[in-house]
Amino acid sequence: MKYWHLVTANLRRHKLRTALTVLSVALALFLFASLRSVVTTLHTNSQFGGARRLVATNATGIVFILPISYANKIKGLRGVRSVSWANWFGGKYGESARDFFPKFAIDPESYLGMYPELKLPEEQKQAFLRERTAAIVGKGIADKFGWKVDQNITIQGTIFPGDWTFTIRGIYVPSDPAIGDNVMFFHHEYFDERLGHAGIAGWFIVEIENADSAAAVAKEIDDQFRNSSAATKTGTEKEFQAGFATMLGNVSLLMGMIGTAVVFAILLITANAMMMSASERTAEVAVMKTIGFSNRTVFALVLVEAGVIALAGAVIGLGIAKGFYPLIKFQGFGFLPGFTVTPLTMLWGLLLALGLMLASGLVPAMRAARLPIVQALRRVE
Amino acid sequence: MIPLVYNARSMMQRPVSTTFTAVGIALVVAVFIGMLALGQGLQAALARTGSDHNVLVLRKGADSELASGIGRDAARVLAASPHVATGTDGRPLVSPEVYVLVPLPRPNNPTAVANVVVRGVSEQAWSVRSNIQLVDGNRPTSGRLEICVGRKLLGRFEHLDLGSSLHFAGRDWTVACRFSAGGSAFESEIWAENEQVMPLFRGEVFQSITFRLKDVGAFADAKRALEADPQLGVDVHLESEFYAKQVGILGIMLRVLAFGVTGIMAVGAIFGAVNTMYAAVAARTPEIAVLLTVGFRPSQVLLSFLAECLLIATVGAVLGALLALPVNGIVTSTTNWTSFSEIAFSFRVTPLLLLLGIAFGVLMGVVGGFFPAWRASRLQVVQALR
Amino acid sequence: MALVEIRDVYKSFQRDTQRIDVFTGLSLDMEAGSFTALMGPSGSGKSTLLNLIAGLDKPTSGVVRVAGAEVSAMSPSELANWRARNIGFVFQSFNLLPVLTAYQNVELPLLLTNLSAKDRGERVRLALDVVGLGDRGDHYPRQLSGGQEQRTAIARAIVADPTVMLLDEPTGQLDAKSSQEVLALLQRLNNEFSKTIVIVTHDAHAAERAKLTLHLEKGDLVEKRAAVAAR
Repeated sequence: MKYWHLVTANLRRHKLRTALTVLSVALALFLFASLRSVVTTLHTNSQFGGARRLVATNATGIVFILPISYANKIKGLRGVRSVSWANWFGGKYGESARDFFPKFAIDPESYLGMYPELKLPEEQKQAFLRERTAAIVGKGIADKFGWKVDQNITIQGTIFPGDWTFTIRGIYVPSDPAIGDNVMFFHHEYFDERLGHAGIAGWFIVEIENADSAAAVAKEIDDQFRNSSAATKTGTEKEFQAGFATMLGNVSLLMGMIGTAVVFAILLITANAMMMSASERTAEVAVMKTIGFSNRTVFALVLVEAGVIALAGAVIGLGIAKGFYPLIKFQGFGFLPGFTVTPLTMLWGLLLALGLMLASGLVPAMRAARLPIVQALRRVE
Repeated sequence: MIPLVYNARSMMQRPVSTTFTAVGIALVVAVFIGMLALGQGLQAALARTGSDHNVLVLRKGADSELASGIGRDAARVLAASPHVATGTDGRPLVSPEVYVLVPLPRPNNPTAVANVVVRGVSEQAWSVRSNIQLVDGNRPTSGRLEICVGRKLLGRFEHLDLGSSLHFAGRDWTVACRFSAGGSAFESEIWAENEQVMPLFRGEVFQSITFRLKDVGAFADAKRALEADPQLGVDVHLESEFYAKQVGILGIMLRVLAFGVTGIMAVGAIFGAVNTMYAAVAARTPEIAVLLTVGFRPSQVLLSFLAECLLIATVGAVLGALLALPVNGIVTSTTNWTSFSEIAFSFRVTPLLLLLGIAFGVLMGVVGGFFPAWRASRLQVVQALR
Repeated sequence: MALVEIRDVYKSFQRDTQRIDVFTGLSLDMEAGSFTALMGPSGSGKSTLLNLIAGLDKPTSGVVRVAGAEVSAMSPSELANWRARNIGFVFQSFNLLPVLTAYQNVELPLLLTNLSAKDRGERVRLALDVVGLGDRGDHYPRQLSGGQEQRTAIARAIVADPTVMLLDEPTGQLDAKSSQEVLALLQRLNNEFSKTIVIVTHDAHAAERAKLTLHLEKGDLVEKRAAVAAR
């Protein structure tokens, strides 16, 4: 475009001001992308769930246990391919709340069979299965604490008191980011042994033959134990996950409100800067029109100028958001595994930039287009 | 001193620009105060949950009431301890309690479930735990499946009216009363008689034992003595400290969010202030030249522009504080991951927070306006008049 | 047919509540290749007349014709186009865009044509040479003297080969030497290149360089004086 140098020349007029304005837009869009990504990540994670996996918990509440004997009964039901169980261990490692990571006692063979998303080398898997005091950990915490395979780690029990020592025999990488790379798994048998009483399960995971029969099988399981000492509540894994997402509270509302405030504030700043620039150029606009530049051209030049600022800010802000978080391996203190800025978020960001351009450039552009040449000239002369 | 009326008039000559800058600062201040109020509310709910006069006893190693388990024997031994204060009726002020979570469905979203605390209590709990007062109804009658509902649960879950029937743990419980607890975390709980809940939940095991210190200054001694007792196998915490620490990861998250977001917004607002002031200086260069010619000193020019900046920033900051004010008292809830329980708390906008926010806003404006003002003061008359 | 025809033009302005009549039935002609100076006291309408010829303003009634085109009847967008091709305008000050180089300033009118960058470049360089600033193309206005700025403005005014050149007090802010430079240039443009020039001026010396001086007083043409044989 042969008029391009007119736009860039104007932007270079006050380099500092242009830079500051671009940076403000970049900041706003960075914040916007970050906040929106918290919501999208939570949503994506809440959608996680194997189509053929059901989760059965104690109907009284998630903190209550179920007898291991249920496993066999569930396995015998129609439509069930396999059953596994797990227990939330709790436990403390390290001093600060930031060092927290989930720890589960599992029935190793059945559990790993049901979760192909936990990827680890075959030898490591076998080593883990063989040894009762072995554990596998996610790559995230292995990197965080500098753990290596064959290393011993000690966890301080909280729910189950005492010091518990494990040997890391495998490090897994999740093929689905929602699963989180910060979990530690160990043998249920070791757990049962030390506690010295009959096996207890926190919850059961049930793999079914056919995804369509999920509701039917779930009902069967619950019917089976309805009148037992511990009734069950069974649902798809997705429902189970979704429940956790709601526990965080009305996050999307909070993020949305902050996001709105941010965008609005920056809009004001950008619009302000644009209008100030434009008002200083009344004389020049008059000259351009005298030379013969049409109202429409003048309008477009001002608008494009606003657009360049908005676009530059968008590229910088969104680009940094996209690249920064993976760089610091941000996972929201473990609450946002797989945190990422989605293409849709980037698109929204660009649309926001477009809106910014219009909102901040429209008034100055119209003023320039409508500038009555003679009056403007009289002021100049 | 250059008369302030000059600044005031100049600002009014650029009404749009001045307003935009002020509103920009206002928004940043509002978000700042809002988020700190959120954190403050959470902190307050948890911090006010404990008293310096009380001691909370958990099983050794347990980091929350949920993770703990104390048998009846230990409870009896504890009740007999010399560190425990006695009530007006001569009985030791000891409250053994059950702590479990039950899922309650949310009214507007049936798939969403909240894990609400059900606390099994004895008669003593009402005296030992601080600030517990009945809002309406009567305490649950012994032997009946009755519950008392914390104030903050009202309106957020169904079947919590007096006389309503709430279903959990396979039973129907009648709401006998509702209670307040000085804004603390207890207000997010349901209380029932120990004897009713124990058979349904974990059997003959309490999760915690809370007692009133006979001698408030002797906490350290009490702690040492009780923790050393092998029969007990407990950890001893000052009630106030314990709950304050429960905020854990959530507190960190909120703080990071608050400072992160407002930090970035603040930088943006400062940029805005810089832009505005630079433009102001540029537009008023001839005026500055006149002022200097007339005899005002550069330092006075600097102060004058700074004062103008201060004025805009203060107006913006106060506006922001006013914007944030309505948020006070709004109840929201989240899950305290340390105890895994749902905790409801309200935004708390304190006068201190408002002052902090205003100071922050003013600071932003001054930081943003400093360089342009400095440039204005450095202006040479000859240059300006060209 | 004269190049510029003003026929029975009335022009009034509204300033607050007052109505100011500038022209009340003015008629005059300007021939092609003429070099006319418009003189007169403040408020006599000199600049207004210039604006009317350039199509920057419309008469309240009456006709303004330039090279046969009825300027007074064109729409604003038609006028923009028309101005680009037919008018070269120079102001007293604030002619040049400070963010553009001399070259880029001169190039501005050509951007409104379909010429290729190469063709534009040729014309710009030619225009700059004619005004004697061939080596200053890449200077910014702040690096040029007042006289040089005005000469650049003149280069811009001729680069598109306009029908008529209009200058409003071009030497008003210049010192004697620079004024001489500018006026000599204008004379050359008129003599060598047959450019039709109209300049509004207070300066009698400037008027002397023109071939014809028109005196306006309160919107009326009061005197027409041909120049003494061109120096």
